[in-house]
Parts: sequence; C-alpha cells; structure tokens
Amino acid sequence: MLTIDRATYDAIVAHAKRDHPDEACGVVAGPEGSDRPERLVEMVNAAGSPTFYEFDSTDLFQLYKEMDARDEEPVVVYHSHTATEAYPSRTDVGLASEPNAHYVLVSTRDCFTDDGNNDGPVEFRSYRIVDGEVTEEEVAVVDALPRTSQPA
Amino acid sequence: MAIEVRIPTILRTYTGGEKAVHGEGASLTALIDDLEAHHPGIKDRLIDDGDLRRFVNVYINDEDVRFIGGLEAPLSDGDQVVVLPAVAGG
Repeated sequence: MLTIDRATYDAIVAHAKRDHPDEACGVVAGPEGSDRPERLVEMVNAAGSPTFYEFDSTDLFQLYKEMDARDEEPVVVYHSHTATEAYPSRTDVGLASEPNAHYVLVSTRDCFTDDGNNDGPVEFRSYRIVDGEVTEEEVAVVDALPRTSQPA
Repeated sequence: MAIEVRIPTILRTYTGGEKAVHGEGASLTALIDDLEAHHPGIKDRLIDDGDLRRFVNVYINDEDVRFIGGLEAPLSDGDQVVVLPAVAGG
C-alpha cells in the first residue's frame, strides 16, 4: 500500500494538469528504507511528449546525487498519462528500474471538460513493478504522514 | 588507485548487493570489460550491440559520457563513474 499525504497528492495532480497534454513526471523522495514519500521533486519531461516521458540525464544525475547526500531514495516515481488510463504501459514496465519504488500513474484524460474547465476526474493509481511484473496496490491519502519514532 | 563505480539498485544483483565497486581501465569500454570479469552479466545490462544502451546513463565525474566520447571516454585513476538507469516510460 502507498500512504501519501494530501498536500503531496494534490501537488502531483496539479503538476499533471499543468503539463497536460504532455506527460508530467517526478519523484517523491524519502529516507532510505522508510517507505515515507516526504519530499516532492517535480522533474522536467525532457521528451516533452504526450506519449513519453524521460528525466533529463543531467537533472537525473543531480537528483540522485542529492538523494544520496541526504540518505534518501525515490519512494514514489510518478508520471501522467494524458490520453489513456492510469495503468503502466509496456514501455513503463520495460524501463522500470526501481524495484523498491511505488510507481504512481495519474491520468488526466477525463479532467479537461468541454466547457474549458479542468476539474473533471483524475485517476491516481499506484503499482509495484518488479522484474516485469505489475502489481496494483491501494493508495491511502492521509492528512499527514504518521510521526516517526526517530527524529526526521 | 582505481576507479570507483556507483551501481544502481537494479544492477546490484551483479555486485553482491554492493552500492559501489572498483574497477580499472583507461577508457569506459575497458572499465566495463574489467567489471564484467569480476561481475559476470553486468556488461550486457550496460551495452547492446556495441553501444551504450539507450536507457542507461553513465557519468564520469558528473559528466554524461554521451557528451565526452561515449564508450571511448578516457578514464584515469581516481575518477568516479556513476551508472543510472534512465527514468522514462510511455
């Protein structure tokens, strides 16, 4: 199960809407081994495409360097689908390389209504992708992540 | 002296779980051959058809090797090499 706080959830949805019709992407980093998505990092989709996303290679390096320095890992890796459902594509599965991460898919295909509003429904789903196997998991949105026993 | 190579999670099955290993070589291609000698199987995850795999990024001292000669990029003792799979999809 993915447990995520409301503010981070809302920020991911807002990012997906803002970049629509291109795919949006990013990570939520957290302390290694904690399974706590604490720090949202919006990434630029270097592909700038409605059907593909890729972190820019220099941005990717900086991100991992920063996470390494902070003893963090990518707890959530998210991206949007803008014309299809929030389910990992074959490409998503083939390229998934973080077996410990929650892969979040957001679909904005139904959120832009004919009257020009963007308040239609957004799909937000989470998966584990390990060795080409996709397993959907429950998403629990909480007001705040539970306190940790150790100081953060 | 040697070259430190940072290994991403997904490839640590080849390094016995180690986050970083050491290797030798005057170029990236020589380093990868040296890694393969000690961690069999890893080369195929980095190279396809004689070229760096499209969705694998390798950095030498913070520079993406694609901008500094690719597999022929020169290496010296003390350099740090980082391997990161692309974060990408459709």
